Amino acid sequence: MKERITVLVCGGTGCMASDSNEMVIQLKQRIKELKMENEVTIIKTGCFGFCGQGPIIKIQPDNVFYVKVKLEDIEEIITEHIVKGRVVERLLFDDPKANEKVKEHKNMDFYKKQMRIALRNCGFINPEDISEYIAVRGYEALAIVLSENTSEEVITIMKDSKLRGRGGGGFPTGLKWELTAKQPGNEKYVICNADEGDPGAFMDRSILEGDPHSILEAMAIAGYAMGANTGIVYIRAEYPLAIHRLETAIKQAREYNFLGKDLFGSGFDFDIDIRLGAGAFVCGEETALIASIEGHRGEPTKKPPFPSEQGYKDKPTSVNNVETFANIPSIILKGAEWFSSIGTENSKGTKVFALAGKINNIGLVEVPMGTTLREIVYDIGGGIIDGKEFKAVQTGGPSGGVITKEHLDTPIDYESLKAIGSMMGSGGMIVLDEDNDMVEISKFYLDFTQDESCGKCTPCRIGTKRMFEILERLTNLEGCPEDLDILEDLAHNIKNSSLCGLGQSAPNPVLSTLHYFREEYEAYANRTISKSYKIIEEKCIGCTKCSRVCPVECITGKVKVPHIIDESACIACGACFDACRFDAIIKP
Amino acid sequence: MSNVNLNISELDRDLLNELDIYIEATVDPNGSLINILHKAQLIFGYLPHNLQLYISRKVGVDAARVNGVVSFYSYFTEKKTGKNVISLCMGTACYVKGSEKVLHKLLKTLDVQKNEVTEDKLFTVRDVRCIGACGLAPIMTVGEKVYGHVKEDMVEGILNQYRGEE
Repeated sequence: MKERITVLVCGGTGCMASDSNEMVIQLKQRIKELKMENEVTIIKTGCFGFCGQGPIIKIQPDNVFYVKVKLEDIEEIITEHIVKGRVVERLLFDDPKANEKVKEHKNMDFYKKQMRIALRNCGFINPEDISEYIAVRGYEALAIVLSENTSEEVITIMKDSKLRGRGGGGFPTGLKWELTAKQPGNEKYVICNADEGDPGAFMDRSILEGDPHSILEAMAIAGYAMGANTGIVYIRAEYPLAIHRLETAIKQAREYNFLGKDLFGSGFDFDIDIRLGAGAFVCGEETALIASIEGHRGEPTKKPPFPSEQGYKDKPTSVNNVETFANIPSIILKGAEWFSSIGTENSKGTKVFALAGKINNIGLVEVPMGTTLREIVYDIGGGIIDGKEFKAVQTGGPSGGVITKEHLDTPIDYESLKAIGSMMGSGGMIVLDEDNDMVEISKFYLDFTQDESCGKCTPCRIGTKRMFEILERLTNLEGCPEDLDILEDLAHNIKNSSLCGLGQSAPNPVLSTLHYFREEYEAYANRTISKSYKIIEEKCIGCTKCSRVCPVECITGKVKVPHIIDESACIACGACFDACRFDAIIKP
Repeated sequence: MSNVNLNISELDRDLLNELDIYIEATVDPNGSLINILHKAQLIFGYLPHNLQLYISRKVGVDAARVNGVVSFYSYFTEKKTGKNVISLCMGTACYVKGSEKVLHKLLKTLDVQKNEVTEDKLFTVRDVRCIGACGLAPIMTVGEKVYGHVKEDMVEGILNQYRGEE
């Protein structure tokens, strides 16, 4: 019997958390019971990117894309689709705009405008099987480079491609490699920064889970270009699945001699080791990362000397981000000219964004540089949940800022985002709607940075704490208008005097929201804002439901008598508002 | 400090053997200190002072450096945890979707402070940094099990699944 159907089940962290692993086991077992093992192949792939619709199952060659599949749906998929060839309509994606079911993913708005380079293999191949990666031209770029190019030529290709670092800074990758390559000595290191600490960004995790071999291949290419024989992947301990897939990939690559001694008979040796992070945001900064890899506290050091001169073990080291590496095999295979034809003048290629927050289509999207925010939020993202009003998008996480409505049509690249007071960062995009309080959001980020500050330099250690305290004072309605000036002053001082990128960028969320939403800060400073929910006496029938759900027990009242909220105790959680069936509660 | 227990002999010998095997197989134990501490925490559940001292002697680095590393990284804990560790993601996506409310509810239901153990020794609640599964926000994990789209009214039901085990 010929193989006729392939079932691709998403094995990303998000879908696995919703039982997709169980689904694979059940599918395999049922197929075995039906004696169809020779006709049907079940593959657990990497992330499809459309995480908000997970778990996802795709059936080939029919190209049918099932979303939000539950364990109990497996039987129907088998009996209806796999056995009888009938599509299970109810599991198809419901297009909210056209109000119709969409069968194939390429017809979904979410995928239509995307262009996948870094994510090219995610959701397409089995990440735990090296032969599938080889089948999509995997390790071919490494073979070409080793047999046809000198190290200098590889660096020239990288420079011509104009690829820039995807971790946030946007430093030209080719130049970084050249700086390291030019250093004397033959002990050099290639480090992959997989310490994806920016909350709300998960593209690096998805690439490592869905296409780990592409990172290994790119690291070996980097090693060859710079004359380094050792690579280290520094990865967050919070990503157990990605660690597992990386370990598996390294083991397989060694078996095939794609890692190890004398790769492709070229005489070039290269091997890769994994080092775990342990929960410190500052370790995403390259000098702190190197300290952590050496087994120390992750405290940054001053630059210069740059890692390209004195990095890991004081030897020349190049630190590149996961997504940056993921682009490299394609650049080698398709050429620098191809890559540099995509994007804007100074930002070439694509960028992966992690779309999350109050948006309909949550997931990973990869678009050419220069795509506008409007296209990402409304066309790909499907707009705001419950049809609410768009307020802003936060990019760059704790180091970035907000993009507001007036800039929805700005083409996104490194420079344009900086010009409007935000930054590319690693590509996290948190969509905020009318209900989000901007002062609370910047307080959230400051709480994060003051907690993650390593404590080495004073401006960051004490400054971020003072900023956080001012924000707390404001949101507790204990502040005053002068606080805003102090806040701004402090912010500029911290930016100018901190040792590393964490401190230098920590005030950005405050400065950006202060610029665009100053009135919200003023409302707190002048104490004209009400933080409490209120009950409309005439509408309340005294059903007691609100007082039962209130987590801080600040609602009192007898049965059938209108209830009262103690405004000083209310934490504005909204539980009462959601519980009330009589529209008797109003928001602050 | 009087409450610092540095008595290595109180450590479980079988668990130490397991750790020894790992350390001895490590190529560069000094540079791999963080990986070794991960392994130790996996085996023992936490990193008490006497275990830190043991590791420092075994690997050949200062105990002060081991303690410096343990106290620097939020992933490491020096305190014993409850049988089930509940982690609430405090990443931005979870935060804007109300993870703080769920945390409040959890702490109130269990009548416990963050990072402390409940009286019945069953639970420890902590907040964690973004675990990168933002499609499921807000997210809560109990041990390895992940719960997505968690709302306050689901807390009781989830906790009961773990209370029944005893």
